[in-house]
Amino acid sequence: MDYFDRFAIPHPSPVIYASMVAIGITVLAIIAGLTYFKKWGYLWREWLTTVDHKRIGIMYLISALLMLFRGGVDAIMLRAQLSVPENKLLDAQHYNEIFSTHGVVMILFMAMPFIIALMNFVVPLQIGARDVAFPRLNALSFWLFFMGAMLFNISFVVGGSPDAGWTSYFPLAGNEFSESVGTNYYMIAIQIAGIGTLMTGINFMTTILRMRAPGMTLMKMPMFTWSSLITNLIIVFAFPVLTVTLAMGTMDRLFGTNFFTTDNGGMDMLWANLFWVWGHPEVYILILPAFGIYSEVISTFARRNLYGYKSMVASMVAISFLSFLVWAHHFFTMGQGALTNSIFSITTMAIAVPTGVKIFNWLLTLWKGKIVITTPMLYSLLFIPLFTLGGVTGVMLGMSAADYQYHNTMFLVAHFHMVIIPGVIFAMLAGLTYYWPKMFGFMLNERIGKWAAWLIAIGTLVAFMPMFFSGLDGQARRMYTYSESTGFGIYNMISFIGALVLAVGFVLIVYNIYYSTRYASRDISSDPWDARSLEWATHTPVPEYNFAILPQVNSTEALWDAKKKGHVLFKGEYEKIHMPNNSGVPFIMGCIFFAWGFSFVFGMWIPLILTTIGIFACMALRSFEKDHGRYISVEEIEETETKLRGAN
Amino acid sequence: MKELFPPKQVMGFVLSLTLTVVALSVYFLNMSFAVGMTVLLVTAFVQAGLQLVVFMHAGESEDKAAIYTNVYYGLALALITVFGTLLAMVWDM
Repeated sequence: MDYFDRFAIPHPSPVIYASMVAIGITVLAIIAGLTYFKKWGYLWREWLTTVDHKRIGIMYLISALLMLFRGGVDAIMLRAQLSVPENKLLDAQHYNEIFSTHGVVMILFMAMPFIIALMNFVVPLQIGARDVAFPRLNALSFWLFFMGAMLFNISFVVGGSPDAGWTSYFPLAGNEFSESVGTNYYMIAIQIAGIGTLMTGINFMTTILRMRAPGMTLMKMPMFTWSSLITNLIIVFAFPVLTVTLAMGTMDRLFGTNFFTTDNGGMDMLWANLFWVWGHPEVYILILPAFGIYSEVISTFARRNLYGYKSMVASMVAISFLSFLVWAHHFFTMGQGALTNSIFSITTMAIAVPTGVKIFNWLLTLWKGKIVITTPMLYSLLFIPLFTLGGVTGVMLGMSAADYQYHNTMFLVAHFHMVIIPGVIFAMLAGLTYYWPKMFGFMLNERIGKWAAWLIAIGTLVAFMPMFFSGLDGQARRMYTYSESTGFGIYNMISFIGALVLAVGFVLIVYNIYYSTRYASRDISSDPWDARSLEWATHTPVPEYNFAILPQVNSTEALWDAKKKGHVLFKGEYEKIHMPNNSGVPFIMGCIFFAWGFSFVFGMWIPLILTTIGIFACMALRSFEKDHGRYISVEEIEETETKLRGAN
Repeated sequence: MKELFPPKQVMGFVLSLTLTVVALSVYFLNMSFAVGMTVLLVTAFVQAGLQLVVFMHAGESEDKAAIYTNVYYGLALALITVFGTLLAMVWDM
C-alpha cells in the first residue's frame, strides 16, 4: 500500500473529507442520470465530439460558470476566516491553499474560458463566417483547457492543493519549502490549459484575418472582433513565455535543475520576472474582450454608432504593445535600482492614456444617445464609475516610490479586484445576458437580472472598499489571521458582509437562468435587442452553417444599415455548404493529457511515458487521416431555412 | 532537373546544414564564452530567418504584409523582454 500513500492529503480536515464524499456522489449521480435518461449517445454525438464553434463556446461557458462557483466558495471561506480577529475557522495551511486556488481558478479557469466562450460563439457570427479556421483544433483547445482545469481541481482531494499563491514565487514554490505535490499540480495543470489557450490564439487570429465576409475590411470589423483580434495577438506572444517558465519550474521541482533555486547559479527572482512577462499581458488578454463587449452593448443601447471607431482601434493596438513594457511594476520592491523602477513607472502611466481614450469614447457614444437601460446596459453603466476607482488606485500603485507603502498589502488586493470585477466580470455578465437569446433561444428575465446587477455592484463596493483602508493601515495580504489590537476587525467584517452580498447576487443569476428556462417566452425574433452587427442577422437558434448565404458587408454596422438604409446583406442563391466532420480525437487526446498530467504530478514515470506515446499517436492519426469534411445539400439548407423562418 | 532540385531550396538546405555545423562547433571547439555566445546568437537568428523565408514560404502569398508585421512585432517584443529582464535582474540590481 506504500505506493498509494502518495495520493493521501498531507493536511486533511473534515471539510476535505466531506468534499471527497460530495465529489464521489456527484460523479455517481451524473453517471446514473446519463444512463437513466439514455443520454450517453447524445452527449457523445452532440457535445463531446463536436467541432461546432457555437457548441464549443457553450461548453466553455458552462465550465466558466462552474469554476466561478468553485472560486466563489473559496472567496467566501477566505472572507469568513478574516471576518473577526484570531478566527479559528481555517488554519494557516488551509488558508494558504484556498487563496492560491482562488486566484488560479478565477483568472485561468473562470475569466479565461468566459472570454473564450464569448469569442467562440460571437466572432465567427460577427464576421459572417461558417466556423473558425481550424474547427478540430478549436475542439482540442477546449478539451485541453477543460482537462487542465479538472486536474487542478482534483488537487485538493488527491495529494494536496498548491499553497504558494497564484503567482507561485520561488523559492517558496521550490521543493525545499513546498514539499507536497500541490505545486506540481499548479505547474502541470496550467501548462496543459495554457497549451489549449495558445492554440485558441492562433486559431482566432487566422479566423479573423482570413475568413471575414466579402466586403468586411479590417476597418469595417465590429469592435468585439477587433478586441478579439488584438487579444489573440497578445495570447500568441505572451503564452509561450508562460509555457517556458512553467516548464523550467517543473524541471526544478521534478528533475533537480537549478533555474530558480537560491544556489548553484539559480536565480529565484527570475521566476517573478518571467511570470509577470506573461502575467501583465494576461491582464490585457482579460480586459480587451471585456472592452469589446462594452463597445457592442453601449452602442446598441445608446442607439448610436460607436464614437471614435479609429481611436478605439488605435488605442487597442497601443495597449497590445504597451502591455509588454510594464511587467516590472509587479515587483518594484524586489531590489532593482531607481532607474529601472522609473522606466517601468513611466510605461505604466503611459498605458492609462489609451485606456482613458476608450472611456471617453464610450461616454461620447452615450452623449445624446437614446439610452435604453437593459440588464447588459446596466452592467456597462455600473462598470464606468467602479472601474475608475480601480483604475485610479492602479495609477497610485504605479508610482514606484509610493508603491513601497502599498506593496503586498490589502490595498493591492482591493485594487485588482476593483479592476477585474467591474472590468471583466461585469462585461462577461453583460455579454452573457446580451448573447443569451442567440445562444439558447429565450431571454433572461430583466427584473431578476437588474436585481443581480445592483447586488453585485453594491457587493463589490462593500467587499473591496474597506480593504483600501485596512491596507493603508498596514494589513498585509495573505495573512490568515490578525490580532484584535490591530483594529482591522471592523474593515474585514464589512468586507465579509460585502462578500455575502456578492454571493447572493451570483445565486440570483443562477435563479434567473432557472426561472427564465421555465417561464420565458420562446417566441422571440432573431434580433431581440435591435442590434447592429452580423451575429443578429442570422436565425435563432443559429443553424450549424451560421449563414445560408454569406453576407455582403460595406460598413461597420452591416445589420443596422440593412435595417435602416435598405442595404441588401444576402445576395444570390443557396449553394451547397462545406462543413467539417465531428471527431472524437480531441476529447480522447484531452483525456490522455489528463492522465499524462496526473502521472507527471506524482512522478509516475511509466504511465507518463505511455501517455506521451498516446499523445503522439493521436497527432500521427490526425496527420495520416483523410477527412475532407462533408457537404450540406441545397435541399437540406432550404428545408432548415423554411423551418427557422416559420419559427420566427 | 530544375523542378526536382529547385536551386533556392537546395541552397537553403545546404546553408541550414552549414549553420548547424557552425553552431555545433561551439561545443566541440575551445572558445571563450563571449565568442561562443556571439556565434550561437548569429547562427540562431540567421537559421530562423532562413527556415521562415525559404522553407515556410513567408512572403510568397498575399498575406505577406500580415506575416512580416507579426514577425517584426514578435522580434521587437522578444528583444524588449530580454533587455528588460537584463536591466531589472542584472544591470540595475
